Amino acid sequence: MNLITPDMGLLFWMVVIFGIVFFLLAKFGFPVITDMVDERSAKIAQSLKDAQEIEARMARWKQEQAQMLEETRKEQSLMLRNATETKARIVAEAKAQAQAEADKILSEAKLQIEAEKESALRDVRREVAMLSVQVAEKVLRHELSDEGNQLAFIDQLVDEASKAPMHNSN
Amino acid sequence: MMLTFLISFLLLQADPSAQVPQDDITAVPQDDITAVPQDTPVILSESEESINLGESEASAEENIDIAGIIFEHIGDEYEWHITEWKGKPVAIPLPVIVKSSTGWHVFSSERLQHGAHYQGLYIDPEKGKIVDEATGKRPLDLSITKNVLSLMMSTALLLVIILLTARWYKRHDALKEAPTGLAAAVEPLVMMVHDMARENIGEADYRKYSPYLCMAFLWILTNNFMGIIPFFPGGANLTGNIAITLVLALFTFFIVNLTGTRHYYKEIFNPDVPVFLKPIMPVIEVFSAMMKPVSLTIRLFANMLAGHIMILSMVCIIFIVAKYGPLMSGGMTVVSVLFGVFLDALECLVAFIQAYVFTMLSSIYIGLARAHEE
Repeated sequence: MNLITPDMGLLFWMVVIFGIVFFLLAKFGFPVITDMVDERSAKIAQSLKDAQEIEARMARWKQEQAQMLEETRKEQSLMLRNATETKARIVAEAKAQAQAEADKILSEAKLQIEAEKESALRDVRREVAMLSVQVAEKVLRHELSDEGNQLAFIDQLVDEASKAPMHNSN
Repeated sequence: MMLTFLISFLLLQADPSAQVPQDDITAVPQDDITAVPQDTPVILSESEESINLGESEASAEENIDIAGIIFEHIGDEYEWHITEWKGKPVAIPLPVIVKSSTGWHVFSSERLQHGAHYQGLYIDPEKGKIVDEATGKRPLDLSITKNVLSLMMSTALLLVIILLTARWYKRHDALKEAPTGLAAAVEPLVMMVHDMARENIGEADYRKYSPYLCMAFLWILTNNFMGIIPFFPGGANLTGNIAITLVLALFTFFIVNLTGTRHYYKEIFNPDVPVFLKPIMPVIEVFSAMMKPVSLTIRLFANMLAGHIMILSMVCIIFIVAKYGPLMSGGMTVVSVLFGVFLDALECLVAFIQAYVFTMLSSIYIGLARAHEE
């Protein structure tokens, strides 16, 4: 009945039974369970990490998307502004060009008019000169119809002509 | 723990017929154990006392043999006494396997009932063990006793449970489905020990030790709970038997000391201490290494034994007070049933805690022996 004396028989059976069952379970029992659960834990941890990564990537994508949208909008407004500017410039340029063309045409026309005027004037002058010569001829013919007048006129002319070289020799 | 000890102790003392001589409390057999932790003499003295209590009662008047009942339950037997039916004991006779001075003997324990002699063997009524007639000593006794049968049954139960669980994991893809049924129940326990092993032993080689720790934990847990079940398949006081806990502790001891690292042995035999301590330290360290299995043995043994004794004492109070009239016995029965329920619940807790403590200390000892130079 002694409680603190280990009994040989029980020691023997305990060693045998515990040993055999330990061997069996260490080979076919516990490692199967623990390996599987460890594998599962690893997978769960990996999945969580993946999910986190994906979430981060999604956030990044979203940000990128927003950024792109923003950029597009900016570009759009920039293009609109550019288009307006270009339109204005083109119109202005066209106007300026038209003006220049008009000016050029105008000045050319003026020049032509001037030239025409000049030539017309020259014609007129020539005509006048001709007329005046004819008039003078007629007058002279009328004046010099008698002898006396003819001589007087010759004298006058000789007079004038003789005076003129003296002035020149001085 | 101590509080419940005290309560059960006081309740035993409160029994009016208990006239215990105080000297006997200290009569602890000294030769059986060389080093016992501080708390064990309390348990021993209590069990010793209950022996005396029972004996004095039995001799004083016709009374129930409390110590006999208690020791029948916590001790070992050659037959499994289940109950009494119409005045006759209902018991499973178990095979006796003995190598005495006359060679091997195998027969049913029925032949040795009531002090009968058979093939030169008989059961010593005082010790309750088979004794050789010729020499008067214990022969080599490998009988399938109550404890051995209980050991076989509970270990087989554990084996079946774990193998069924392992089969679940083989047949199912654990990566795709959650464990169900038995696997769901066993997995947390196994993984608790597995994680404990990782924490205490280290990432490098805990996998090598995890199966032993799982085995120790689940085996102790199974048997602790089997011990709490009061009827046939359970009821044997296996983890409260020093032979069992000694074997468990020795398994831990050998695993620790046969797989220790060079650093572990250097710390024992040649630690970095001043020269004048060099000759003393190995002695202390070896002693400490030896004390580890002893403390493991005693802790589990004493806790489970004490739990059994407490519960049995509670139940026995009902029978002790039966003769003091209906009022007294009725009142005390209520009290003892309440305490019995409380103690049973407590024992369920202790069953788990002790299995956990044994496993955790084992893993810590292994972890210390796997230490590497920093």
